Amino acid sequence: MNTSPEKVTALDEAVARFVPDGAHISIGGFTCNRNPMAAVYEIIRQRKKDLHLYAHSNGQGVDELVGAGCVGRIEIAYAGTGRFAPTCIRFRKAVESGRILFEDYSNYQMTLRFLAGAMGVPFLPTRSSLGTDIINRWGFSEEVRRADTRLPDRKLVVMENPFGGWADTERLVLVPAIQPDVTLIHVQQAAADGTARIAGLTFADVEQAKAARHVIVTCEELVGPDELRSHPEHNQIPAIIVDAVVRVPYGAYPTACYRHYDYDPAFLSDYRTAATDDARFGAYIEQWVHGKKDHAERIAQVGGERLAAIKADPRTGYATGLRR
Amino acid sequence: MPDYTPRELMAIAAARKINDGEIVFCGTGISMLAAMAAKHIYAPNSVIIFETGAIDSQLEEIPMAVGDPRVMLGASSNSGLADSFAFMQNRTTGRHVVGILGAAQIDKFGNLNSTSIGDYLHPKVRFSGSGGACDVASFVDRTLIFMQHERRKFVKRVDYLTSPGWLEGPGSREKAGLPGNGPTAVISDLAVMGFDDATKEMFLEAYFPGVSPQKVLENMEFSVDVSRARELEPPSERELRILREQVDPQRLILG
Repeated sequence: MNTSPEKVTALDEAVARFVPDGAHISIGGFTCNRNPMAAVYEIIRQRKKDLHLYAHSNGQGVDELVGAGCVGRIEIAYAGTGRFAPTCIRFRKAVESGRILFEDYSNYQMTLRFLAGAMGVPFLPTRSSLGTDIINRWGFSEEVRRADTRLPDRKLVVMENPFGGWADTERLVLVPAIQPDVTLIHVQQAAADGTARIAGLTFADVEQAKAARHVIVTCEELVGPDELRSHPEHNQIPAIIVDAVVRVPYGAYPTACYRHYDYDPAFLSDYRTAATDDARFGAYIEQWVHGKKDHAERIAQVGGERLAAIKADPRTGYATGLRR
Repeated sequence: MPDYTPRELMAIAAARKINDGEIVFCGTGISMLAAMAAKHIYAPNSVIIFETGAIDSQLEEIPMAVGDPRVMLGASSNSGLADSFAFMQNRTTGRHVVGILGAAQIDKFGNLNSTSIGDYLHPKVRFSGSGGACDVASFVDRTLIFMQHERRKFVKRVDYLTSPGWLEGPGSREKAGLPGNGPTAVISDLAVMGFDDATKEMFLEAYFPGVSPQKVLENMEFSVDVSRARELEPPSERELRILREQVDPQRLILG
């Protein structure tokens, strides 16, 4: 929480301040859409270690953070980037080689867990996953849970409906709340005070932001406060929960940002090729992340031709007819 | 008779099972083809929803993932995951949802594995994980499942039970506390399988033209009843034309 009217920060400063090694973090977006990629690359550039990452289906950002070695533990519902990576490639390698600890949930469960964090309750109930291994199999041992006060002692708990058979329900699964140290999201518009507006699907960004101790918002456009406050009903992120606001054009690239640009099929395809091989992936990270001083330099390297190809059509919000 | 690929027939076979007026929960991949084909051909008043929060999308281009910005076009509302999964289980809309899922492994009761092969903590092969699949399989009354018909995928026991089917058979979903039903049908690249009303076990409903029931059985680790099987009606010119020209002209998913 922060009530200052002036939160505009440089991205490297925001990451240095709010994402220490070992932080519990979550990132916004969904598979190939509106991942806070500029922030993800800055985390990699600063060589953050042992992050605990909470993900529903966040996709490309998850795979790059895991691939670059920033993540020690992950709680996740889905690791995939559509047709480009039915299973995220670096995530798969990290799991199969035992390089990270992981624990599986469903998308709805992760959403409810963020919502519980946002509400300040210890858990929320659902009926999803009864009878499955999502309940039976834990990814983190009791020792791992006990060693970190930010983790609950148990994974999921099944209980009888305390209201009897009310709502035709005999049994429930309780999913524990998540309170990330920091949530990073990318939005279309934000103001210096932290007020932010997402165009199109919000995925679980709003619950993730409201659950977190700190929030970093990167935005395509930094606008005057009056512009967003003249129609506050269109804003999803209230200023008080935001700690840092950073203007980063193409901040979601190579994932999509509705009404601004599409995902870049050429880049995601090249990424897939790089990700399948350890040496090539190392070279990719060196060239495209450590080799660039910031996101703007990376975008400049991508070049005008590709950016023109993914420019959003004003009618559809994506690049109509894009060769995918 | 027109030429067609197994994938085209899979999409059409699934589309034929979608009823007009249903809410179609669509995952990534071939389920998009089925949902769009159904809307264009058999079920004009069906409504496509995505777990990402897009309700009644008016798809003009095939999305390559449920997070693709293409799912937002012309939607009745665009919100988020919390809303979408709520529609799937609330007492008004939930009963009208048909879910379409895929998996790496399936057993005779339609339980699905999309998590991993081998030991969970030290897997031989790791997949994407549940995503919204477990939620859909838990909540809705009708699910259609796409599978590649291979012996290592139709298994006696799934390595990890990600999404609940009929669990251990009759009565076991109720015992576990699940709402909704197990799967309605499995559509593979060789056949369409149903689930017996009494035993909840998979049976061969129809085999693709040119495929024998014996070939279907050879590609499964467990045996199923084939006594009710018939040959599946091949795709019509109209079905193929709409699938190819309106649903996926770029052949992003048709291949």
